[in-house]
Amino acid sequence: MSAVTTPARDRSAGINVKLVNRIVIYGLLALFALFYLMPLFVMLVTSFKTMDEIQNGNMLSLPKAPTFDPWLKAWGETCVGLTCAGIKGYFWNSIKMVVPAVIISTLLGALNGYVLTKWRFRGATLVFGLMLFACFIPFQSVLLPMATILGSLGRFGVTLQNTFGTSFGLGNPTVNLVFVHVVYGIGFTTLFFRNYYEAFPTELVKAAQVDGASFFQIFRRIMLPNSMPIFVVTVIYQFTNIWNDFLFASAYAGTGDAMPMTVALNNVVNTSTGVVEYNVNMAAAMIAALPTLLVYVLAGRYFVRGLMAGAVKG
Amino acid sequence: MAFLEIDGLRKRFGQVEILKGINLELEKGGFLVLVGPSGCGKSTLLNTIAGLETITSGDIRVDGRTITDLHPSKRDIAMVFQSYALYPNMTVAGNISFGMEMRGVPAEERQKAIDKVAKVLQIGHLLNRKPSQLSGGQRQRVAMGRALVRDPKLFLFDEPLSNLDAKLRVDMRIEIKRLHATTGTTIVYVTHDQIEAMTLATKIAVMRDGEVQQFGTPAEIYNNPANVFVADFMGSPAMNLIPATIGGNGGELAVVLDREARQPIILPMANAPAGLSAFKGKPVIFGVRPEALTDPEGAERNASQIATADCHIEVVEPAGSDTFAVTNLGGKGVVARLRADANIQPGTNTPLAFNLTKAVFFDPATESRIR
Repeated sequence: MSAVTTPARDRSAGINVKLVNRIVIYGLLALFALFYLMPLFVMLVTSFKTMDEIQNGNMLSLPKAPTFDPWLKAWGETCVGLTCAGIKGYFWNSIKMVVPAVIISTLLGALNGYVLTKWRFRGATLVFGLMLFACFIPFQSVLLPMATILGSLGRFGVTLQNTFGTSFGLGNPTVNLVFVHVVYGIGFTTLFFRNYYEAFPTELVKAAQVDGASFFQIFRRIMLPNSMPIFVVTVIYQFTNIWNDFLFASAYAGTGDAMPMTVALNNVVNTSTGVVEYNVNMAAAMIAALPTLLVYVLAGRYFVRGLMAGAVKG
Repeated sequence: MAFLEIDGLRKRFGQVEILKGINLELEKGGFLVLVGPSGCGKSTLLNTIAGLETITSGDIRVDGRTITDLHPSKRDIAMVFQSYALYPNMTVAGNISFGMEMRGVPAEERQKAIDKVAKVLQIGHLLNRKPSQLSGGQRQRVAMGRALVRDPKLFLFDEPLSNLDAKLRVDMRIEIKRLHATTGTTIVYVTHDQIEAMTLATKIAVMRDGEVQQFGTPAEIYNNPANVFVADFMGSPAMNLIPATIGGNGGELAVVLDREARQPIILPMANAPAGLSAFKGKPVIFGVRPEALTDPEGAERNASQIATADCHIEVVEPAGSDTFAVTNLGGKGVVARLRADANIQPGTNTPLAFNLTKAVFFDPATESRIR
C-alpha cells in the first residue's frame, strides 16, 4: 500500500532501503543458522570418517571414504564402562522408560485439565496454581527427597516379593524413573491441557451430559478426540525432556543394566582406555539424538499449530 | 395441574442471588419463552431446568414428576444450545445418535430413528458430513435433530437463533414454529429478542435481575404491561413513555402533556382506570404505543376513544411499510406510526390521533402500572 501513496521520485530510494533491510535480515539469519548447524555438521561428518582421517585431516572437511563402521561399532561393540556390547541395550532401556512415562504423564495431564476446566470444584484455581508451581521446582531440590521415597518403595517392593512372590515393579530402576518423570511432568502436562481445555466449548460437555454420557465417556468420546494439537505438543515436550534427562537418570539408574541412553553415552565418551574414538562417540551421540529428532520431524507441524492454538485461544 | 411447574426456584452463587423465587407454569404442548436483557438470569433458569446447574431451593416438576435432583440425562429433556454444541469429531449421524448410543439403544433402532429425524428436518444428504462442513443453518437443523430424536417430554432452546444472520433467523424462526405446531411438543425457549418472543410463544415470562416481571400470553404482555420495564422492553419501536400529569375537573379526568414553548395538550379520559383518580394533580407516566399514535385517517375506526391534537413534527422516517414521525411531548421524543403514504412534513404542525383505549399509565415512583 505504501508504494501506491509514495510519490514517484521517492520510490526507487524506498526499494533500495527495502533491499538493504532484506539483505541484513537474511544475512543475520544465515549466520545464526550456520552457527547452530556447525556442531551438528561436524558430528555428522566425523561419524562417517575413519580414525586416520580424523587424526590427519580437517575437522570440517567431508569424509573421503565414508564408512558406516563407527555407527555399527557404537551400536553393537563399543565399551560402556567395563561391558563392551555397544549402546543398543541402553537405547532400548530409554525407550522402555520414555514411552510409559510420556503416555502416563500426558493422559494424567489431560484428565487434570479436563477436571480443572469442566468440572470446577471449590479451590480448583488454587489446585491449578499449586500444580503450576510444580513447573518451577528445580530438579536438584527433588533429588534427595525422591531418593528417599524411591528407597522406601524399593524396600516395600522387597516385602511384596517375599510375601507374594512379585514386587509389582517396585524397586526396579526403570519403573523408578518412569515414576519420577511422571510426577515431575504432571505439572507441565496439566498446564498444557488446562489452557487448551479452558478455550474448549463447555456447551459440548453440557450437551454430552444431557445425552447421558458419564464423566469418563465425555473424556474419552468428546474431549480426547478433539485434543490432537495439544496432545502432540505435550508428547513432543515430554518425550524430548524425558529422553534427554541426565540428572534423574544418573542419580537413580546411574549404574547397572537399566542405565538409560544419556548416561550410557556419557560413559562411552568417558571411557579412558586406549585412543579416544571420536567417530564412534559422534555416531553414538547421533543415535542418542535420533528419536527426539524423529519425533520433531513427524509431529513438528502439529507442534507449531498446537502452540499457536494454545497461545491465541488460551 | 400444569405440565411444567416451577415453584419458588432460587439460585445463589455465594452471596449473589441469581434467581429470586421463580414461579412459572406451562400447559402440555405450550411454548414458553423466557425473555429479558443479558444477565437477567434467563439462561441460568433454563440450565436449572436442564439440570446443568443445581438450585438452592424450590421445586421443578415435569408431568407431575419432581426432577429437581435428577441427572440431566434422567429428566427426559432435550436441549438445543446457542453454539449448537455439535461434537466436531463425529458425523451428523454420530451426533444425532450419540445420546441413544449412551443409553445402549441397539444399532438398527438407532439407524431407524436417525432416518426418521433426517426426513423431518431434510438433512438426509448431510448425515455423513462433519459439523465443520456444514453451514450455519444446517448446523442449526442438526442440533434440532439431536434434540428431536430423543422424543423428550420437554425441549429446551438456549438462544438457538442468535448465531444466524438476519434472513436465516427469520426462516428458522418459522421452521421452529412449524415444528412446534406439527409435533405438539412442549418447549421452553430463551431469547433476548422480543420479536422472537412475541412470534413464537404461547406464554412469555419477561425477566429482569432474577425476577419474573410479568408472565402471560404475548397479547397480555404487549397490551397490558405490568410495569415500565415490560412496556419498554417488549415492542419495536418501543412504547412511548411520556411524563404527564393528571388534570380535569369534577369526575372527568384528563391527561396533560407539556410541550416546549406551547400550550400543553389536554386529552380527556372517558374510561380512565379506577386507580388513576388518586393521581389527580400528580405526575404519571403516560404510555402509548407508536401504532396507537397515528394520523387521524389511519386511526382505528372502532376504537371508542380517539383524541386528536396538533403536534410539531421534528423528524420523519419513511420505513417502507410505515412512516414513523417523531414529535416532542413532555420533554421526550415520541414516535408515531403513520400509514406509509401519510402526507407529513418535518417542521410542520400536524394533527395526530391518540388511541386512548390502548393507553396505559404508570406510577413514576414505583414504575408499576396504575389499574
